[in-house]
Amino acid sequence: MVRDVSRDEAFYEFLLRMGDNTLILGHRVSEWCGHAPVLEEDIALANTALDMIGQTQMWLGLAAEVQGEGKTADDLAFLRDAWDFRNLLLVEMPNGDFGQTLMRQFLFDAWHVLQLRALTQSTDERVAAIAAKSVKEATYHLDRSAETVVALGDGSEESHARMQAALDYLYPYVGEMFLSDAVDTTLVEAGIAPDPASLRAEFDETLARVLGEATLTLPEARRARGGGRDGKMHTEHLGHLLTTMQWMQRAYPGATW
Amino acid sequence: MYAQMVKSTGTGVQSLDEMSPEDRAFQERIDAGEKIEPKDWMPDGYRKTLIRQIGQHAHSEIVGQLPEGNWITRAPTLERKAILLAKVQDEAGHGLYLYCAAETLGISRDEMTEMLLDGRMKYSSIFNYPTLTWADMGAVGWLVDGAAIMNQVPLQRTSFGPYSRAMIRVCKEESFHQRQGFDIMMKMAQGNTQQKAMAQDALNRFWYPALMMFGPSDKDSVHSAQSMAWKIKMNTNDELRQKFVDQTVPQAEYLGLTVPDENLKWNEEKGGYDFSEPDWEEFFEVIKGNGPCNTDRLAARNKAWDDGAWVREGMMAHAAKKRARKMAAE
Repeated sequence: MVRDVSRDEAFYEFLLRMGDNTLILGHRVSEWCGHAPVLEEDIALANTALDMIGQTQMWLGLAAEVQGEGKTADDLAFLRDAWDFRNLLLVEMPNGDFGQTLMRQFLFDAWHVLQLRALTQSTDERVAAIAAKSVKEATYHLDRSAETVVALGDGSEESHARMQAALDYLYPYVGEMFLSDAVDTTLVEAGIAPDPASLRAEFDETLARVLGEATLTLPEARRARGGGRDGKMHTEHLGHLLTTMQWMQRAYPGATW
Repeated sequence: MYAQMVKSTGTGVQSLDEMSPEDRAFQERIDAGEKIEPKDWMPDGYRKTLIRQIGQHAHSEIVGQLPEGNWITRAPTLERKAILLAKVQDEAGHGLYLYCAAETLGISRDEMTEMLLDGRMKYSSIFNYPTLTWADMGAVGWLVDGAAIMNQVPLQRTSFGPYSRAMIRVCKEESFHQRQGFDIMMKMAQGNTQQKAMAQDALNRFWYPALMMFGPSDKDSVHSAQSMAWKIKMNTNDELRQKFVDQTVPQAEYLGLTVPDENLKWNEEKGGYDFSEPDWEEFFEVIKGNGPCNTDRLAARNKAWDDGAWVREGMMAHAAKKRARKMAAE
């Protein structure tokens, strides 16, 4: 059953998908602050989180503008409930150990770079501009996360085992990046965003190359776990994340900070 | 002022005539305003005192991530979250270049870390106080970074080159930190009743701990006299504390907040405020490990270090494999 989605409606959904990914992942990464294995990683993780929050401000800022109800990026970030979030399930998964955090980051970055690169060609100039700015950061994130996955995968026996476990745990959430629905159909027709499936081949190539170097084995393909980007069924983890993130705005409605 | 009660070695300052020829030449370089560089000859006491001082300062930056990191996930707006992340990232960066400065004196970062983790080296007493509301992010920036700047600005002129250069970089960023803290306080002081109450409560809780950051009076301390002769301490604790109070009280008035000190009064004669001393007994307890958060802070740092062991070992193992492969290929 294909539902017809108006262009404005689809555009708004798309902007939430982009902004919620960076918001939720930025939040997760920021949970590391002060607890990383080495000082350089504390700095790098804070820097990654900071980039993600900056990108969130742009995507959700534009989403609020497109929505046209006088809301702000903050309203969208702090005053929506879980079912209104449109991020990939992958990014709401808990940090786990450092290996799981970096594996999650690598899987996301590998997709994010391709998505942003395609979006620099968007027919919507605002989208193209945000993508052009973000893709530089995302490329740097990918270099770093890929390097870390290789180092720890091809490191000690323990680090190898932990990275393999992280990959096995997270891989089922990869497929959602390439699913599409009526929103995507409308976006592709309007030339705003690429067909998600069109990014898969290059993504798989990146994965094969990096995981090969990391001496890690790609798990057997399992059914892609979806429900995040369309908001139909998030994981149980998201609600707890929002409880923390939104607490101030919920506890003191209308206050400015 | 992340270094408190740093003990120098020796028993007091010697006059130039009492010094050995080497010590005398060294002191004359310092008196002439020259910078001492890592490869230069230096008295053992100078080296040891600096390691303690710079190490304590570096550790404070690292532990200092925790009370602010406590609020990153709850920051009330995206902009505040971004600013706080940037600030905590800066602090980790300060830690990094302070450790590098200390390493030029012949101690490794890992050695210093071990000494922090097992309690042999200290960090500033201030980070053993909890951050309980969002206003504490304002108070920490305004008061804690404000007090730190008081000490660090003169330290830009300190005699040890790497420390001086680190301080110059640190100071640039710290003044931004203080401004963002004051800005948070201002928003809250102008906000609703609850926000005003939070701002006042944060000032009440952080005022005396901020005054303690300068350490107890050291006008009679032989350690301080030696450090001042070496120009690794530029002012007495009392001078800096007075300066801090004189600067901060008008800011509190501007915010419409009340400094929690009934004895606070402008003293025309000295051109500064009279104010109450903090509870030094409390200070010594905090230094000994009995502050509100000492146990949790050190436990968090130990956990991060222990949980990260496999990462550090994995990285090393990978680097070794890479070297071996490169050798085999050559």
